[in-house]
Formats: sequence, C-alpha cells, structure tokens
Amino acid sequence: MQASEIKWHANEIRKNIIQMISEAKSGHPGGSLSATDILTVLYFDIMNIHADNITSKDRDRFVLSKGHAAPALYATLAQAGLLAKEELKTYRKINTNLQGHPNKNEVTGVDMSTGSLGQGMSCAIGMALANKIDKNTHHVYALVGDGECEEGQIWEGAMAAAHYHLDNLTVIVDYNQLQIDGAIQNVMNPTPIDEKFKAFGWHVLEVDGHDVQALQEVLHKEKRVMGKPTMILAHTIKGKGVSFMEHSAKWHGTPPSAEQCIDALKELEVC
Amino acid sequence: MKMATREAYGRKLAELVEKNKQIIVLDADLSGSTKTSLAQKVRPEQHFNMGIAEGNMMSVAAGLAESGKTVFCSSFAMFAAGRAYEQIRNSIAYPHMNVKICATHAGICIGEDGATHQCIEDLALMRSIPGMIVIQPCDQYETAAVIETIANIEHPCYVRLGRLEVDTIYDSQYQFTLGKGHILQQGSKVAVIATGLMVQEAYKACQMIDEKPTLVNMASIKPIDEELIIKLAKTHDVIITCEEHNIIGGLGSAVSEVLAKNYPCKQVMIGVQDTFGESGDPQLLLEKYKLDCKTIARVIQNEF
Repeated sequence: MQASEIKWHANEIRKNIIQMISEAKSGHPGGSLSATDILTVLYFDIMNIHADNITSKDRDRFVLSKGHAAPALYATLAQAGLLAKEELKTYRKINTNLQGHPNKNEVTGVDMSTGSLGQGMSCAIGMALANKIDKNTHHVYALVGDGECEEGQIWEGAMAAAHYHLDNLTVIVDYNQLQIDGAIQNVMNPTPIDEKFKAFGWHVLEVDGHDVQALQEVLHKEKRVMGKPTMILAHTIKGKGVSFMEHSAKWHGTPPSAEQCIDALKELEVC
Repeated sequence: MKMATREAYGRKLAELVEKNKQIIVLDADLSGSTKTSLAQKVRPEQHFNMGIAEGNMMSVAAGLAESGKTVFCSSFAMFAAGRAYEQIRNSIAYPHMNVKICATHAGICIGEDGATHQCIEDLALMRSIPGMIVIQPCDQYETAAVIETIANIEHPCYVRLGRLEVDTIYDSQYQFTLGKGHILQQGSKVAVIATGLMVQEAYKACQMIDEKPTLVNMASIKPIDEELIIKLAKTHDVIITCEEHNIIGGLGSAVSEVLAKNYPCKQVMIGVQDTFGESGDPQLLLEKYKLDCKTIARVIQNEF
C-alpha cells in the first residue's frame, strides 16, 4: 500500500482513539498514539490478515503486549474493516466487548488477551514456537512498551526466543521514553534496550516509528535473519499527533475532556 | 507397590505424547524431578525446557495453546502456583487457554528442602482463579486417570502432585470423574474427607481404630462434589477434612463453603495450621505438623 494511503488511515485511527477515550472518560491516549503508525503499517501493509482469514490461525498473528494501548488496536481493527466502527463507542463501558485491556475471547482479531505487562511477548513466543513445530510459515508480531522492558519477564522471554531460534517472531518496542511516573531513564532505566536484546542473541533494527515508509521497509521480511528473532526499536513520540499530548507522561492514562477532544480532533482534521 | 504421583504423571504423559502430537510439554529445569523427562525421552520434539523462568513458561504455554496445542506445564508447586501465579491467572485462565499445570513436590512432604520449597498455599491460590479446575490425585492409578481425563478437556487445569512415594489405594480399573468424590469406606457418625497423600494417612487411621467412620477421597477440589458433601453432612454428626496444605483456602475451606451455604454442620480441619514448614524427613514432618495417621485416628475417636 502507498505510504500516503497508510498515513491517511493512521490519521483516521488517531481520531477514533481520541474519540473513544474521551467518550469512555478513561483510557491511555499517550501510548496509543505513539503506537498508531506501527499498527497501521502492520495491519494495512505487512500482515496477511483480512476479513476472510480473521478467525483462522493460518495467518500472521499480532500480540499487543502493551495492552493498555487497546484503543489503538481496536481502532486499527475497525479501520481495517475487521471490527464494526460503532462498537468503538462502547470501549471501557459496561457489557462491552472492548475491555480496557484486550480480551481475545470477546473480539475476533485480538490474538491474545493482554494487559499485565511482560506477558504478551511471552505469549507471542509461544505462538512462534507453535508455528515452528507445525512448520507454519506465518509470522508473529508483538508490540512491547519501553517501560514494559523493566519487567523481568521480558528478559526471560528474550532468552527463550533466542534459545529456540524463533526467526518467525518480530518484537517492536514502542520507544517513546515515557512511562506513568515520568521519563524511563528516571523511573527505572531500561536502556540501552537495543544493546540488551543484541546481547540476548536477537537481530536488532531501529526505525523512526512515525515514518510510514521507513516502517514498511524495516518490517519487510527481507530485513530478517535466519535463526534469530528480530527486535525493532521504534523511536516514537508519546501522544504523537496531538500537540498538547506530545512528549508528556501526564497523557499516559488521562482522558481528554470534551473540549480537549475537540481541540485534538481539529488538529487531526487538518492533517 | 509404592509410587509417587509425580512418577505416575511422568509415565502417563510419556504415553500421551506418543499418541498425540498436539501435546506439548514445558518444564523449568526440573524435568528429572517433575518426571516430564520421561515424555522428553520418547518425544524430544514435543518437550521444551524453558529454563529457570516460570513466569515466561506459563505465558509461552498460553501462546502454544492459543495455536491449538494441548500444553502440559510442570515445575514444583511453589514456583508454578506461587511464583507464576499471575501468569497463570492472566495468560492462561483469563483467556481460557488449554494448559495443564501439573505441579509436583507440593506440600510439606517435599521434606528436607524446607519451607521455601514447601508449597502449602497452591490449592488456595489456584482455587480462587475463576474457572480453574483443581485436582489432587492420591495414588498412581488415580493420577494416571486424572491426566488422561484432563488431556481430553479443553480447559485450564491445575493438578497437585507429590514427591513422596505413596501406597496405592486403587487399581488400574479405577475411573476418575471430575467433580465427584469417591467413597472408600461407608461408615457412620463421622465422615472423613481427604485429598492427596492424606487419603493414605486417613485410610491407615481407619485401620487403626475400632470405630468406623465414612472415608471419602476428594481428588476433585474444584469443581467439588457438593451433592456428596451435603449428603455426608445430613447423615453424619461431624466432617473431618484432611489435607497436606494450609487449613486456609484448601480442601477444608472448599468443604466448609459448601456446608455453610447448604447444611451447616460441625467440621474439624486437619491440615497445616497456618504455619510454615521446615526441613526434615517427610514422615517425621507429617507427625510434627499433626497430619499423620495417628493424629487422624485420635481426632476421629474424639468425635465418636
């Protein structure tokens, strides 16, 4: 898909993220907006996932390990025609399928229930291992937060994926450098994340997580290597696309007010 | 013939992996002790050692199950139910993944390793997870039957197994039914409900005394046999529960929950009395912590 078209979809997704969180009066805008371009490129250009194979396991799989970015996942599924757009309004509300953190049993197309940090990446490792056992050539992708890399389980998983040579697994780290309590370097410094994954035996790449064309290139299968899992450190901006949310830890888990929602949508409208 | 339930588990699992390629076994550097090494021997391609990293192992198990595998996942009870509790809850139970956590070396009878390894809280932890099936077989034949049963139900399960060699209660004809207790001896006045190796201790206790209580093996802790417990309460004066587990949250609690809701009756709880264990010979530990057959016999006699 043309980069310009992907950018248009990403912008639509951002608008939905803002509306969903504003409507729910609860949710995580910062990390949803930082992950939006990555998700859009995955669902519109990289993964072989579409309405016809959505219920099948015989397709690429995606695990949102940073489950709090659920609005980005739901809005992307809706934009890709895999989830009814009117459902987005129900996010976080009583009786909804769109739980605050995604539940795979309630939304077709959500490949794993996530939310407790560190666990989703390990689940993706299990899926990649199953593909190896079954000689299923489809790829498994996981999106991990940079703050999430403070979880010990990430490194248990990093060890295991390299140990079992899971070259059918790509982990993208949403490197926006902010977590709830502030800058990752101040809260509990997980850097250098790239060097650490390298030391654990991974093939490591780096990308501007908002450059759609660069994302298309870095996620291309030709960039992978035999015998090693791939980690892509995606440099992103928390709150990307909404000026007053950008570079601010405050917007990790704060919903915009009705007024702020209008301001944000105005900004996204002119994109 | 004496055999530890972990040994029976390993043997049954070795049979199952040979028959079914969709069964995958994970272990956390304890395969020789949990006996999953027996499955590894016959089907190395279906066995994956995940190293000393139990949390990751549970979530990897969930990913494998999501991809259609039936996953058996083993470590010591302390590190499975204890250390990896939250991974079991969030990666396995919440999304309803087909993972069987078969945890060995449960209870104080792991012996000499001491309190850090003596998991006396696992039934409480696992029982409180919504939808989790929790089973504790008492001997080799029941273990084999339990493993065969859970391999064929698509559901997260926790099976509590022991290190210690124990006497056989059943034979190879034994059929396990999930959610059903099994009456080993029909008596009157006092009903003893035991689980795991406490079935053997309670059985020995019944041989030691002239009084004849009813003796029930309650392997299926969750779901529990409510119908049988209510019937026992209606036909006996007192119920004695016996478990090699803390008296908080385990079999005793499960039975008392049924009684409180349906037919309140006197209950005596034999179990670890809310204290940590310690190093020592398993038999001596059973005696010191008042879980042995002599203690059970005394308690039964007191209630007659």
